[in-house]
Amino acid sequence: MSANDVPLTRRARRRRPRSRATFTSVLGELLLTAGVLVGLFVVWQMWVGDIIISAQKNAEGAAISEEWAQLPPPEPPPVITEGEGEEAVTYYEPPILPHPDNAEVFARMHIPRFGDDYNQAIAGGTTRSGTLDHIGIGLYTQSKMPGEVGNFAMAGHRTTWGFPFNKVDKLKLNDAIVVETPEGWYTYRFRTLEYVHPSEVDVLLDVPQVPGAIDGERYITLTACSPLYSLAERIIAYGVFEGFQPRSEGEPDSLAHVEVATPSW
Amino acid sequence: MYAAIWRILPGPWWVRLFLVLVVVAAILYGLFFYVFPWVAPIITPDEVDLG
Repeated sequence: MSANDVPLTRRARRRRPRSRATFTSVLGELLLTAGVLVGLFVVWQMWVGDIIISAQKNAEGAAISEEWAQLPPPEPPPVITEGEGEEAVTYYEPPILPHPDNAEVFARMHIPRFGDDYNQAIAGGTTRSGTLDHIGIGLYTQSKMPGEVGNFAMAGHRTTWGFPFNKVDKLKLNDAIVVETPEGWYTYRFRTLEYVHPSEVDVLLDVPQVPGAIDGERYITLTACSPLYSLAERIIAYGVFEGFQPRSEGEPDSLAHVEVATPSW
Repeated sequence: MYAAIWRILPGPWWVRLFLVLVVVAAILYGLFFYVFPWVAPIITPDEVDLG
């Protein structure tokens, strides 16, 4: 017995015949790879992609908000006084923007409950290829504009494509829903959720769910899919208008930090 | 095929493993940031307004 024994066994192991790549083995490996790719696509579409896309869109939004902040502030709108004496209340008449064209971005959405950096584009139209998939939040064609009497109604994805309305079910009473334009900030306050079938379009009426009614109120309506990953129902979030803050007065208090909701998967 | 790639990679097994992990990470990055966002609109149907 000598010290050579150990190296010999090692050499013997290394001499084990190598399996040669055959047509079928390569085909098999390619098919396995294709399977893994499809699996990864699902992981991306249902999870990783939403995180990436929403972060990218929030960053784009932050840059646009910053750009608007650098512009010379536009002339504030007229102040309206209601009531007399000590009961008098004054507020800015909210400027009403023209209705945007399809896929035309006209405002940014801030919802502190969805995140301090939540800053998503709002554009005209609610087609998936035009607005919802690639831009973000879409304005229904019959919708009123922010600050206008009637219903300012939008649609957004609850899952996939950067899921702008993913956390819509996490809104709490009085949460701020703030729409930013170069003119300033329109603040709405969340009131309630409703779950409806996709055909129940009365949620978009000027007074939601009350056909023919006129009450002079300014509503906001956010619509998204429900339950998660399903098209069976719609989740509707309603809010009411609180006020407009012109850019010359700086960011409104409604953008203050609140406890941020966790995403729904 | 993958066995051949493993044999072509230089160095001891832990260097090869490291290289494989780097390549896999690079591929995942390319897929998640470029390939899938490009493919998704092509393969998803546009028949509903919301998702």
